[in-house]
Amino acid sequence: MTAAQPFSVRVREIVELAPSLKRFSFEPAHGGAFPTPPAGGHVLLTLRDGARVMKNAYSLVSPPSERARYDIIVRLVAQSRGGSSFLHRRVAAGDVLEMANPVSLFPLASTAKKHLLIGGGIGITPLLSFLPELKARGARFELHQLATLEEVPVFERLLAPYAAGEEIRVHGGGRAAFDLAGLLARQPLGTHVYVCGPHSLMDAVASTAAALGWPKGKVHKESFGGDVTGLPFRAVLRKSGIEVEVGESQSLLEAIEAAGVEAPCLCRGGACGQCATSLVEGEADHRDDFLSAEEKAAGTLIMTCVSRARGPRIVIDL
Amino acid sequence: MTVQFKPAETFRDTFTYKKSPEDLLRFPFPFPEDSYMYSVNIEPHVRGGPTAAFQAVFDIDEHYIAECKERARVLAEDPKRCQVLPHMMTAEWDTLELIMESLAADYPEHFTLSKDGDAWTWVNRPLGIQQSFIFGKAETLPCGPFEYITRQAQGDFTLQDQREDNLFVDGGMVTTQADWSLEFDIGMSFHEWHGPVPLAHEKGVFDRALKYLLRLQYGQPVRRLNWTMTVNPRLDTSPENYPVWGPDKASVTPQNVADKVHLRVELQTLYRLPRSNAILFGIRCYLTSVADIAKVPKWRRRLHRVLRDLNPDIAAYKGLPRFREMVVDYLAPLDDGAPTSAGIAPDIDKIEA
Ligand code: FES
Repeated sequence: MTAAQPFSVRVREIVELAPSLKRFSFEPAHGGAFPTPPAGGHVLLTLRDGARVMKNAYSLVSPPSERARYDIIVRLVAQSRGGSSFLHRRVAAGDVLEMANPVSLFPLASTAKKHLLIGGGIGITPLLSFLPELKARGARFELHQLATLEEVPVFERLLAPYAAGEEIRVHGGGRAAFDLAGLLARQPLGTHVYVCGPHSLMDAVASTAAALGWPKGKVHKESFGGDVTGLPFRAVLRKSGIEVEVGESQSLLEAIEAAGVEAPCLCRGGACGQCATSLVEGEADHRDDFLSAEEKAAGTLIMTCVSRARGPRIVIDL
Repeated sequence: MTVQFKPAETFRDTFTYKKSPEDLLRFPFPFPEDSYMYSVNIEPHVRGGPTAAFQAVFDIDEHYIAECKERARVLAEDPKRCQVLPHMMTAEWDTLELIMESLAADYPEHFTLSKDGDAWTWVNRPLGIQQSFIFGKAETLPCGPFEYITRQAQGDFTLQDQREDNLFVDGGMVTTQADWSLEFDIGMSFHEWHGPVPLAHEKGVFDRALKYLLRLQYGQPVRRLNWTMTVNPRLDTSPENYPVWGPDKASVTPQNVADKVHLRVELQTLYRLPRSNAILFGIRCYLTSVADIAKVPKWRRRLHRVLRDLNPDIAAYKGLPRFREMVVDYLAPLDDGAPTSAGIAPDIDKIEA
């Protein structure tokens, strides 16, 4: 019941699944057990390469019953933003990294009569966390994984523990050979579809399902969300006479608190109104549910817990 | 200091429920300022709040055994007070895991949970229970996992399924409620469930609260306090039982008002659950008589001011009109007009005898 602070994790094992795919297992660096991983959940890893800090989200692939370790699978991509290549090339067993509490933005629907899972490439990872949960529920499901020819045996191995008696297929023939419309059209009423993979695949599933008349609530796409993140900016606290830098994955309120300034707050989620602060200069990127459209347009108040600056600098009355 | 349980106290008929001085000081008094209006008063549920009631994930106090007995009695009379829709089975197990792990971690002297893979053993010393079962196999427990564990917890619980950008009350254990009915509300969406609350709708309180809760994150529970007033320390003021407790209101007189009328506070907590993505909503009820509140100078001043100035629509909605005047008259001479500090802490650490 502590507000989710990042924790330290030790790399316990690295397994090469294929030349470009590695599975990393982490354990709590200070002993104990991890929180039960949410089905379809992901974690944010903070990777420090010298002065460069990268925050990357990875789906957890270990089952909810496994609390001693968290597993992720990372693909080395040629044009990696840096995080994946850092993990592949620089991280070794025994290293300690910083990980945030798991987040679940891709949950399984409890009312689904059947679950249709579609993965593309490394998009297999959240599906791997669904499988033990669906098995535990005794739920009806069907899985289709798209892969390159070389990856077919790798993915088949990953899926093998769940495959007995199930409709699980790995397609190595490319997107053109995959009859998405036919697959969606033959699903029984009450089926929910979940897709994770390249944007083109996720969009194709969403638009094909929509064209076939699937209600929006039955189509689920993987998302790593991240409400309060955005470009860094500088906030001048007029009354306190100081300036704070608000980092990419930090809220304005967190930056103010980190500077030792007491700021009003309650819900920390843009709902209660406690943190409303006068905006003296600059423009706000409003992300709260508290201010009315008129108040937002007037531009004289900012909710520090979720909203950010539009531009490099704002001045607030704190 | 370990609590001294009071297993024999009652919440009906004889009403032997009483608070020790320590129990009074840990009361989550619901008014952070001298006036009251609806707001989205939700904050992170982190350990260590203004009173000891905020020290644990699920608070256990001296009334634990008696409240569990009262719950068993209500359920024996009316089994429908616990209902869970079939699609919430995963959320049932999530609930059992969360409550067992939290109680065992917060109160190791009372509860122990040991695990060997899926084979779990649960020991509840205050209630004299030892239960081995297989996690995920409902047939290894004497009843459903949600009912099983909420029979051993104080306060009511509901399970909310999240779908179509809304929350649905798809399960609950409700035996200590302030005049609402699970039987009536089960399956309802967020706005249906909250019904017409005067002023709260106009102020958009529910719209904002729903948006906030849809984003509630796993591992970051939140809480709020809600309040009403109840005649006699009666936990079960359900609509089903109105004929039993409704007439209580007429029994309040200026002579007995301080002992009869209780401030009824709900410490509401909300948790995102991992496997099911459902939300567990805990509604923990605390009852404190006006006479007890009057023992804490800050609280008696503030309760007097809040009730004196309360918006009449809110007073009517909470069912207070019959006795509000009497409570105000009782407290008025005890309010010396001194300013009160912000927040709900009692500001004293001992009750003067
Ligand atoms: S703290 Fe509640 S809106 Fe910002």
